[in-house]
Amino acid sequence: MKDWRYWLAEQRGTLLAFGIFIVMFAIYSANHPAGFTANVVQTAANKGVLLAFVAMAQTLVVITAGIDLSVGMIFTLTNCMASWLVIGTGLETAFGVLAVLGTGLLCGAVNGAIVIYGRLQPIVATIATGAVFFGLALLLRPVPGGSVNEDLADFLTGRFFGVVPASLVALLAVVLVVWVPFSRSELGRAAYAAGSSETAAYMSGVPIRRGKFLAYTLAGLLAAIGGLFLTFFTYTGEAAYASGNAYTLFSIAAVVLGGVSLFGGKGSAIGAIFGALAFRTIGDLLFVFDFDPLWQPLFQGVILLIAVSLGAFALFRVRNRLEWFL
Amino acid sequence: MDGAAPLFRMEGISKRYGGVRALEKADLTVTAGGIHAILGENGAGKSTLIKVMAGVVAPDEGMMTLDGREVNFASPAAANQAGIVCIFQELSLIPELSVADNIVISDPPKRFGMIDRRAQRRIAEQALARAGASDIHPRALVKDLPLSRRQMVEIAKALARKPRILILDEATSALTAADVAKVFEVLKRLRSEGLALLYISHRMNEIAELADHCTVFRNGRNVASYPAGSKSDNEVVELMIGREYSHIFPPKPGSAPAAAPVLEARNLSWADRLDKISLSVRAGEVVGLGGLDGQGQRELLLAFFGVLRGLRGDVLIDGKPVSITSPTAASHGGIGMALIPEDRKTEGLMLPMTVRENLSFAALDRLSKAGIIDRAAEQRLIDDMVGLLAIKTAGLDIPVGALSGGNQQKVVIAKWLMRQPRIILLNDPTRGIDVGTKQELYQLMRKLADAGAAILFYSTDYDELIGCCDRVLVLYDGAVKRELVGDGITEHALIASALNIHGDDTRIGLGGKA
Repeated sequence: MKDWRYWLAEQRGTLLAFGIFIVMFAIYSANHPAGFTANVVQTAANKGVLLAFVAMAQTLVVITAGIDLSVGMIFTLTNCMASWLVIGTGLETAFGVLAVLGTGLLCGAVNGAIVIYGRLQPIVATIATGAVFFGLALLLRPVPGGSVNEDLADFLTGRFFGVVPASLVALLAVVLVVWVPFSRSELGRAAYAAGSSETAAYMSGVPIRRGKFLAYTLAGLLAAIGGLFLTFFTYTGEAAYASGNAYTLFSIAAVVLGGVSLFGGKGSAIGAIFGALAFRTIGDLLFVFDFDPLWQPLFQGVILLIAVSLGAFALFRVRNRLEWFL
Repeated sequence: MDGAAPLFRMEGISKRYGGVRALEKADLTVTAGGIHAILGENGAGKSTLIKVMAGVVAPDEGMMTLDGREVNFASPAAANQAGIVCIFQELSLIPELSVADNIVISDPPKRFGMIDRRAQRRIAEQALARAGASDIHPRALVKDLPLSRRQMVEIAKALARKPRILILDEATSALTAADVAKVFEVLKRLRSEGLALLYISHRMNEIAELADHCTVFRNGRNVASYPAGSKSDNEVVELMIGREYSHIFPPKPGSAPAAAPVLEARNLSWADRLDKISLSVRAGEVVGLGGLDGQGQRELLLAFFGVLRGLRGDVLIDGKPVSITSPTAASHGGIGMALIPEDRKTEGLMLPMTVRENLSFAALDRLSKAGIIDRAAEQRLIDDMVGLLAIKTAGLDIPVGALSGGNQQKVVIAKWLMRQPRIILLNDPTRGIDVGTKQELYQLMRKLADAGAAILFYSTDYDELIGCCDRVLVLYDGAVKRELVGDGITEHALIASALNIHGDDTRIGLGGKA
């Protein structure tokens, strides 16, 4: 086989998610009353990147064959925190941003420490820590409120040169600064190895624990970046339980749409980003077709099922039934 | 051997697992520039010895010295650092990563803190070439490779770590004959480069070809150490099992039974792996499948067992054409088929579950009334099986993963015997198990045949085919090339037909690589 074929096989999940997103977005913008304009793209991007950040966070943990049910709550907690801290002079704002991101890192590190050193199942550990994070958020913002440095917020949710949505540029920057180095680092590979076969990784002398710990910690950071952007869009902080949980569940859907295997060891955050954008577009399709909002969850669920099934088509070509289980 | 200073020495190593002594004051001395064979039955302590050397388990007592200095390995990584690299029997490759990723996994080349993929590719290509496996693409995912290729990757991976002591634990058990020859060349070259090699194998002919020095283990201690070639095979086997190594194969019945065929195939084809195979197996008959590894034998067994889709041709049971669409269909109803799989760890057992649960899985429908398992009936049947197969276990409620390899294999077989199958397909069932257990399996196979079962038996070990089978079908490139019957089943005939060479007088210098 040629090299490019191997490349294609490696990127299959990501490309599929990209394809689904393009198709969805084409349908969406073609039927939007305003058409494919900078404004439509900006609004879609601003909604999409929130889930994209949370989905990236989820990807890191899912790669290690774990799952993080607290990402939505880290997202909510950091939103509440930012509504207190990311305000004032430039220096104060910068300090606030650092504090918010630091909190995300800390939340992720706590998850990692409990899962790796406490040897608890990720699903249980993160349900518990998620509840704790939400509790803290509630203490910070018993009622919705607060504010944010609006200059910064408008800058990061606006457009560069009148066309490029700033939030997309921010997303790209995070990919380059966080995801690319992680995926190419030794510890990143250790995270993949641990997710694919932890025994084999141990036997090969791979730093499993450090790799997994880094994955959980960076997941906290990415969820916090999401929380920060939520504050930029809404100008307030709100300890919203339903929204936090929805983000957690949607992040898992986005990750699967993006070709990341829930069994671990396979997939990329780029795929998850397209998965998240596609998922968001599914929700928006409803509005352009002017459906009754009552139908939205049902509609969204059906489209999601169809999209996820696309990835399973390969099973029809399997001629040795044992390969179903690989 | 005596002239050189020892590179590595283990003295008085003991290791206990719960109440079981795996190693009891074992000693071992390893010299550079030699191949040292370790022999012993499964459960003799070889695996534990290696695990201690490779830093996987810590010994309870005893001392290890490397270059005369005392060493302790806290993890496999620490042992690797000291230059001790092990190729484990259980593969240590990561399935979702590429071949190149796997080869450099313990110490990837880095540039600016990130993995340098070009350097990685170069290292991987060199290592694969050094292991004689340049046909493997460095970007291929390990999970897409067949077992024999994975084993070559494993060897390349070990070489990339530049070891001083290389341990091979049954490293050739999944290899094809051609690969074994290549690996042997590599090992001999490494020896001349001054490496110390520890070689563990159940194949006597491999040891005869490779080893300079041999140490035999029994019951957790080293019982004998001698220069290779100074003892006969029979003496060695007696040292290993402590009993006479004779009549390992049960006698065959004189003439083939005249019963009607139970299992038949007519022009069976699948993809490009099976090519118009026709065969029949009668009740009371043991039919062997021979040939080089990977000529379609496994696929043939899977085809019968309903695993493959898109089969062409006919499968007949008791003379009637049937369509078997799943293992459930194959094992139920009037068919009564059982397949003892090749890889007991993934296809045969649920390792973390108990011996009892594993034994009952295939027979649950027969043991249940209205969906509820009849515990008393289950217990009776399990007791029968444990007795029949002499399964050595500390209890029925311990995880099956805690048993030795030979006993695990017995559990896989017992699990299927609980259904009292009429047709038994065996896929290389003795790979990596000890002589004593092998012998028991041969006897069991004959006993089942005598009781009326039709047995189709694939083995990579020619001695087994000669010793156990009434007939042997030799496959080549997915087709039956030759049928050998009775006294016509000889090593010479098997090898000649496996290589698809006609004429019985052809001299073939394959010797040990069968």
